Amino acid sequence: MTFETSSDRSGASYTARAGTAPQSGNNWLGFLALAVAILLIVPVAWVAFSIFAEDKGTLAHLAQTVLPDYVANTLVLILGVGIGVLIVGTSTAWLVVMCEFPGRRFFEWALIVPLAIPAYIIAYAYTDILSHPGIVQSTLRELTGWGPRDYWFPNIRSLGGAMAMFIFVLYPYVYLLARNAFLEQSTCYTDVSRTLGRTAFQTFRQISLPLARPALAGGVTLALMETLADFGTVAHFGVHTFTTGIYRAWLSMDDLVAAGQLATMLLAVVLTVVLVERAARRQAKFHHSRRVGEFFRCPLSGARAWLAILACSTPVLLGFVLPVVILINLSYVDGHDLFTQRYATLIGNSLKLGFLAALAAVAPALILAYAARLAAGPVTRAAVRMANLGYAVPGSVIAVGILMPLATFDNAVDAFMQATFGISTGLLLTGSLAALVFAYVVRFMAVALTTVEASLAKIPDAMDDAARSLGESRFGTLRRIHMPLLSGGLMTAGLIVFIDVMKELPATLILRPFNYDTLAVQAYRLASDERLAQASTPSLVLVAAGLIPVILLSRRIMATRVGRRTEVR
Amino acid sequence: MQMSLRKPGARPGFRASFQSFGVARRGLMAVGAGVLLAFTPPAFAGGELNLYSSRHYDTDERLYEEFTEKTGIKINRIEDKASALMSRMEAEGANSPADVLLTVDIGRLWAAEKDGLLQAIKSDVLDDAIPSNLRDPEGHWYGFSTRARVIFYDKEKVANPPQTYQELADPKYKGMVCTRSGSNIYMLSLLSGLIEHVGEDKAKAWAAGVYANRARDPEGGDTDQLRGIASGECAIAISNTYYFARALRKDVRDLSGMTDKIGIVFPNQDSFGAHVNISGGGVAKHAPNAENAVAFLEYLAGKDAQNYFAAGNDEYPVVSGVAKSASVSQLGDFKADTQALDKLGENQAKAQMIYDEVGYQ
Repeated sequence: MTFETSSDRSGASYTARAGTAPQSGNNWLGFLALAVAILLIVPVAWVAFSIFAEDKGTLAHLAQTVLPDYVANTLVLILGVGIGVLIVGTSTAWLVVMCEFPGRRFFEWALIVPLAIPAYIIAYAYTDILSHPGIVQSTLRELTGWGPRDYWFPNIRSLGGAMAMFIFVLYPYVYLLARNAFLEQSTCYTDVSRTLGRTAFQTFRQISLPLARPALAGGVTLALMETLADFGTVAHFGVHTFTTGIYRAWLSMDDLVAAGQLATMLLAVVLTVVLVERAARRQAKFHHSRRVGEFFRCPLSGARAWLAILACSTPVLLGFVLPVVILINLSYVDGHDLFTQRYATLIGNSLKLGFLAALAAVAPALILAYAARLAAGPVTRAAVRMANLGYAVPGSVIAVGILMPLATFDNAVDAFMQATFGISTGLLLTGSLAALVFAYVVRFMAVALTTVEASLAKIPDAMDDAARSLGESRFGTLRRIHMPLLSGGLMTAGLIVFIDVMKELPATLILRPFNYDTLAVQAYRLASDERLAQASTPSLVLVAAGLIPVILLSRRIMATRVGRRTEVR
Repeated sequence: MQMSLRKPGARPGFRASFQSFGVARRGLMAVGAGVLLAFTPPAFAGGELNLYSSRHYDTDERLYEEFTEKTGIKINRIEDKASALMSRMEAEGANSPADVLLTVDIGRLWAAEKDGLLQAIKSDVLDDAIPSNLRDPEGHWYGFSTRARVIFYDKEKVANPPQTYQELADPKYKGMVCTRSGSNIYMLSLLSGLIEHVGEDKAKAWAAGVYANRARDPEGGDTDQLRGIASGECAIAISNTYYFARALRKDVRDLSGMTDKIGIVFPNQDSFGAHVNISGGGVAKHAPNAENAVAFLEYLAGKDAQNYFAAGNDEYPVVSGVAKSASVSQLGDFKADTQALDKLGENQAKAQMIYDEVGYQ
């Protein structure tokens, strides 16, 4: 990358700027952000503190026996998933933004639909058709007369299978962010590049891709953190990852300390990778003020158009259509009756939690992102980065990290109230919906923050400077300049959190109030009892309900089209 | 309100004193956690029972409803893996609302007792109804149904199926045996039992031998091992009895039509008997409604409840005189291992180490 300082404010600028020093008047923002970050870090820190505790020798045992394999599996898995989501997400985003082909407008929103399906549910669905006696191998045996061991068939329950599942449902993170980044890029650069004789592909590789790097890095990081935190999918496939080790220490060896220590190691690695990636591009700022000139989509025809359609339809088919068809078939065979009070309650609970968590996540995300932009000293910056970490911790572990401090707080309040006033307050927060919503905010802050930061980064500093030099206060700048520009990004952040919360399982299971079931919980109950066919009903409803925020999201996406958005950016 | 239902039984006068502080309490909550008001559940007039359960069977709901009808006690429940529920109880400490912990394996009950999460209760009803080897002598936990972990085989392919667990490690069954993962709780309990019977060294050699005989790398649950026989991948499988009995009772996809193909062996009938585990429960250490909790456990040991509790999941009832369900009867009678169940919990971590050391995935 050889972009140097350029401050052409009218075109996309790729400005090298020294880190802004904290300015007076921003201190309150810094402190607020620090307070929010600390609150979000408490559960992670609680887990991390286990490194000071003594485990039962489990760690040494695991390290000597199975852990090396788990680490190797995990590395292969995240490498595969990382490359997979990068290729699928980036190439489809590039196609729908830069090219014109039949069905492009449809694919533009359809490509995010797989986001509605949890990885563990897609895993159930694919296992059902691909393992014997599923339909694929049964048909194969009937057609060929082969016996069980006469032929080789890829085992879906394998590392490769798990990799495929994660790519199918996680690539939309990259797609979403990459698409936005490509849309924001000025046509000037690409036009110049083409005029100077570069091919479309060279332009993509040498201009668009480097410019989109923060977005791509953000998307891949999200996908990989979710992969690392997953247990449902890998457990169903019998693939042993680092997370398997964490659960093994906890569930089999009854050693929560060792589990916490393993989780901390995982976090340390994630944090290192995130910081290294950021350091590698710290020199540069990636904002683009506004697009100039008419946007021109390269029309594709003939074989190229077909290839583009193939490239865009495959992820949608594999990540959404096929699994949904399998689930519909399963629920037709042996499903639950959907039209009952019970399912109405489940749907209501899932939507309510998603909505509350989305609301609750956006405000702190905005504070953190804004502080990182304006008021960041090194401490705040580090705190903001660490507030992201909840996403990489397996849900059950982070849930325990939330449970312990919450209950400790509740019990302390109770003890104080008993001693002082002679009344018992019991557990105020533990077992309440508030605790659960807090857990979601901790867990999905990375998702909200990445989205808000990405949209904040698109507002050039020049705009702040202009507003300030025209006499607007910091807060006024936020309210009158940034908020209108950010509203779309905040909405997107809220919707993605909404979707993630609806799919979330382990933290919901352990932290929920009495008698509070969600669609994900119901699907899990049936699946853990090895009744996958019946689990198809709640799974389908979960996907259908998840489509509501996805459709809202896609409507937002259709709104951010070139042409409509030239007025401000 | 949430707090007013915590300890009505445990602290007489608590509610009255609490109500007089109603205003103060609201003020406190508004300051401390105003949102909570909107979240707290409505109050219930009658008695309550708070259940932390790792059972997840739909039939249990009828069981709970009937208990409420009979006693007027409302059941609140949370379901999760036992380890997660235990962590929650531990975190909640003395203020924990949990009254009863139900698990589907003795290993977790044993750990819960060891971690001080359960209290010893005295109940003649329970002592009379439940055989002594299926309950804690001190009354920390009780088993309410049993399941055996036994050998299934392909009748066509296997002329001489293994008659003992030990034989599963015999090289003559190389490439034939299917099991689920070595970190699964049922596999751990099975090995824990063997450690007690044959010693650690032989148990380790056994685990290595069974793994060497594997038809495929461990994958899926017990039903998947049975399906493996149906589809031809596996000649021999280890599974809990209820997964097979369920396929006899109702349609289990890709298995029910094939059950004639599958034979069952209750192992070690000439020695220590087939490995048996329980689904059971105990009263929580800090149970706010301890009396209701005991009433609930006694209800579970009653004949009607036994029908739901056991038959609903195709398990064996523990109370003598309660008939086995049709599907369970089809499996036949057998001699069950009567070793002390707490050994299964005690040896669990050791069992996991052995599986790890021999590379049993």
